[in-house]
Amino acid sequence: MAQTQMLFAGFGGQGILFSGKFLAYDGLISDKQVSWLPSYGPEMRGGTASCSVVFSDETIGSPIVSEPDILVAMNLPSLDKYEDAVVPGGLIFVDSSLVERKVRRTDVTTYYVPATRLAAEQDMPTLANMILVGKLIRETGVISTDNIDKIIEKVVSARHEALKEQNKKAIAIGLHYE
Amino acid sequence: MAEKVLMKGNEAIAEAAIQAGCRFYFGYPITPQTEIAAYMAKRMPKIGGTFLQAESEVAAINMCIGVASTGKRVMTSSSSPGVSLKAEGISYMAGCDLPALIVNVQRGGPGLGGIQPSQSDYFQATKGGGHGDYRLFVVAPASVQEMVSLTAHAFNVAEKYRVPAMLLADGTLGQMMEPVVIDDITVEEHDKSWALTGTKGERAHNIINSLSMLPEELEQWNIDRYQRYAQIEKNEPMWEEYMMEDAEICVVAFGIASRVSRNAIRAAREKGIRVGMIRPITLWPFPKEMLLASSEKVKAYITVELNMGQMVEDVELATRCRRPVLSANRAGGCIPSPEQVLAQIEAANRLGGEQ
Repeated sequence: MAQTQMLFAGFGGQGILFSGKFLAYDGLISDKQVSWLPSYGPEMRGGTASCSVVFSDETIGSPIVSEPDILVAMNLPSLDKYEDAVVPGGLIFVDSSLVERKVRRTDVTTYYVPATRLAAEQDMPTLANMILVGKLIRETGVISTDNIDKIIEKVVSARHEALKEQNKKAIAIGLHYE
Repeated sequence: MAEKVLMKGNEAIAEAAIQAGCRFYFGYPITPQTEIAAYMAKRMPKIGGTFLQAESEVAAINMCIGVASTGKRVMTSSSSPGVSLKAEGISYMAGCDLPALIVNVQRGGPGLGGIQPSQSDYFQATKGGGHGDYRLFVVAPASVQEMVSLTAHAFNVAEKYRVPAMLLADGTLGQMMEPVVIDDITVEEHDKSWALTGTKGERAHNIINSLSMLPEELEQWNIDRYQRYAQIEKNEPMWEEYMMEDAEICVVAFGIASRVSRNAIRAAREKGIRVGMIRPITLWPFPKEMLLASSEKVKAYITVELNMGQMVEDVELATRCRRPVLSANRAGGCIPSPEQVLAQIEAANRLGGEQ
């Protein structure tokens, strides 16, 4: 059974839940089984936020990702907490402008993207999350690049038309980041 | 067919209730079910319905008694400590033979407990919670789609038998999003001649009341009510079987625990263990006959629960203690891992059916 378990983690306010939601909408568009589960409660208010996304060809069992195939860590506490949980051969994406240390695991593939710095340079400081999403799409092909615009239309409300282009731009930065 | 959308479980319950004809919602905010109230606050005024944030859970359930007395569909929702506050009103509702839907998106307890997901209100939902001889029709969804279908079903069953119904979910199901289609909702028409709708001088008064000072009369009310409960036990049990065809080990789990169990069962099957699952969809009536029949082939049962093992005794009773019943459980807001469940499946497999 083809199944991909993803975990996004960082500070509350970094758009962790939104990153997961963006990918989850691909499940809807592509008619894949998908689940999205946020952490909720006090840990979101200033502490760590996380979000589990599962893609599957079959009915999804647990929506709780305890052993991710893909980890996106947007701060140090998240990398510290979840690094060891990643499955051998899994992928870890790190926002290297906020996480100073390297990944210690040697049995996983790691991508370092200074997403927060890149986002600030483009004057869109709240979209570091989407730069990482772009990089994730590039390296995993977990969603088709053809669907990006369609998903943006669904997840960004019409009231925030300007944000649609900004999100697309941030994803493109990630897609082209070497 | 309606469009497939991505929705939180809490929102799906609210929309399904509206589609099922519920136009009255009374509630009081509490994590992790507040999205239900928020959704109702947004939608009800647009469709001529009533959303009211009550001053307390006690007030909300009593407002439900008022609306239910008029024969209209009504709902309240809360999470564990809030449902305890509603218990008195739920007992009154049962005593008045009123249909309504009470949603409990459970969190850890007892007391104020925590805010993380739990199933520790199993006893409260299935054995009472309030005082007196009464039952609730209790459904336990395991997906966002099922939150839609069971919300609608619970309204229908509640009206058919004139009993309060409870939808028992947990923080995980309430907060998670899955693709869902909101359709296939049937609003059944049941007799409402008992409702308080105004006599217009053309009929005798209807009386909605749970008080009787005559023991024989009150006893008869209880007996009549239990005849309806017997009908529910006969007609309304719901369950799902998963990989039970050749199963020697049977996991019994509902709601989110059944989904964790699926992962463990798949892993155990890869190790050659013949394991399956019976997932109760109605917790009352409990699928007793199905479980008893399964004990012919099954050599051990495992309940998987987000509580201290409250369902173990119901499985033991249903199977008349013919087989050992183990439990893989976590409490307080923790969730059993598939690895924990797998370990218990392996332990059950080693038991060899010895009691």
